[in-house]
Amino acid sequence: MAGTRPRVAIVGAGPAGAFAAACLLRARGDAEIDLFERLPTPWGLLRAGVAPDHQEIKRLELTFEKQTLGRGCRFFGNVEVGVDVTHAELMEHYTAVIYATGAQTDKSLGIPGEDLPGSRPATEFVAWYNGHPDYRGLEFDLSARRAVVIGNGNVAADVTRILTLSERELGRTDIADHALDALRASAIEEVVVLGRRGPAQAAFTSSELRELGRLDGVEIRVDPVEIELDPVSDTWLAEQGTFTARTNVELLREFAARPARADAGRRITLRFLRSPVEIRGHGGVEAIDVRRNEIVRGEDGVLRARPVDAPIETIECGLVLRSVGYQAVPLPNVPFDERHFILPNREGRVLTPDGEPLRGVYAVGWIKRGPTGILGTNKRDAEQTVSCLVADLKACALTQPVRSEPIDALLAARTPDLVTEKGWRAIDGVELDRGAREERPRVKLTSREELLEVAAGDPAGAGGGR
Amino acid sequence: MTYVIAGSCIKDDACLEVCPVDCIHPQLGAPDFETAEQLYIDPEVCIDCDACVEACPVDAIFADFELPPKFAYALDVNARFFAEAGTAERTAA
Repeated sequence: MAGTRPRVAIVGAGPAGAFAAACLLRARGDAEIDLFERLPTPWGLLRAGVAPDHQEIKRLELTFEKQTLGRGCRFFGNVEVGVDVTHAELMEHYTAVIYATGAQTDKSLGIPGEDLPGSRPATEFVAWYNGHPDYRGLEFDLSARRAVVIGNGNVAADVTRILTLSERELGRTDIADHALDALRASAIEEVVVLGRRGPAQAAFTSSELRELGRLDGVEIRVDPVEIELDPVSDTWLAEQGTFTARTNVELLREFAARPARADAGRRITLRFLRSPVEIRGHGGVEAIDVRRNEIVRGEDGVLRARPVDAPIETIECGLVLRSVGYQAVPLPNVPFDERHFILPNREGRVLTPDGEPLRGVYAVGWIKRGPTGILGTNKRDAEQTVSCLVADLKACALTQPVRSEPIDALLAARTPDLVTEKGWRAIDGVELDRGAREERPRVKLTSREELLEVAAGDPAGAGGGR
Repeated sequence: MTYVIAGSCIKDDACLEVCPVDCIHPQLGAPDFETAEQLYIDPEVCIDCDACVEACPVDAIFADFELPPKFAYALDVNARFFAEAGTAERTAA
């Protein structure tokens, strides 16, 4: 391979793909990198996952722009690998392919009534309010007074905040216009958040938990009895608890001690040691039945929730959002680990069913390690994958692509609506302009048609109002 | 004074690389690096050099006297991270 520039395709332009591209360019400045993305827009969950009221985090896109597109990395948007272009075709055109496709679906609860209208994965609600084009057509019934959020992680905290933030605060964000309109008309007065385990095991970061207690015009309620630590959790917290877990317990005690507020228009109620057993209703969600749990230490030392023999409690509600984790989906013609929902890999080298490295195929991000960690976790993850790729290049373990020409002609034939960096710049420009007119950071284009029209430089798309 | 990391930290490690006095923790490879929800600045060690502020891709680091009200809590949280048992030992090590 001496004297030849390595050509690398990265599939998925989310944070993991972007970190991988940036890291590879730092390690191998001669690499020619193409970022493939199913959507017309880059940066994945930074755009479609991170909550709209967390604009500071979205500044990471400037770093991604600078370190990838700004250094010659090409963007190929609106291309679905496995549909528009096959894995085999990528392998014919590239020295290596890095999969960074993330985890695109959600885990289910496996309880009766889960599929009733009004019961949805929180991830769909997130995609909807963030203007993901595949989810803009969803409708969430916000006409009942109470919503229930199942789960104790940061996605649960995000959706709880979005359901309770004031119109004024939402109106200052880049939340999708269709979501802003729906939330303005929302009748929801209370969001009940159910945690399966206790306060010491809640997966919220302290930062997200603290925010729930500081929302304008929103009361936070925690029953002091539900956050009393059982002996097992108390010992765990003292001996093994993280700084976050200790801070969370302190925050919850402070919330529980707050006097009731009559002036608050909305309320967040955090419940602990409660698991949903059934979602009930005729033609739509009307109530959720929950059972009480206790914390026990398993033989492996892990603290788990165990059902207690106690009466089932019924909570009336019109919306249930379950937030119990993301899950990856298999990719056509690439090995998949059906047990762990990842690409089978060793430090980022994708493995064949025999456990041998599949030459030239790598993974990074959630499709490599599962849906864990925060944004920055992907940076270290990318460094590991890229170091394997760079070592393989150095050891001449990769073969040159059979096709000497770049993939451009094939792509042009397959994807007439291909969105390149120029198209993305047009989308970005229109969104920022519209945002500036409304004193918002950005007003997103949310339909694929509109995004593609603007990317293609069609004035009808650019000039079209909301 | 000291610099302070707010809760909007995404654990990008750019600040760790540029800090001349290694006052940002947990450090890469430390046992609590993976479980930490964010990075913290040790106010006793920080020399107010500004390098981390420049490096942070999400502008999560502030001088204590410039902390926006929404992140006012962060001054105490950063200090407390180092005051707690175990953390101090690790920092000294």
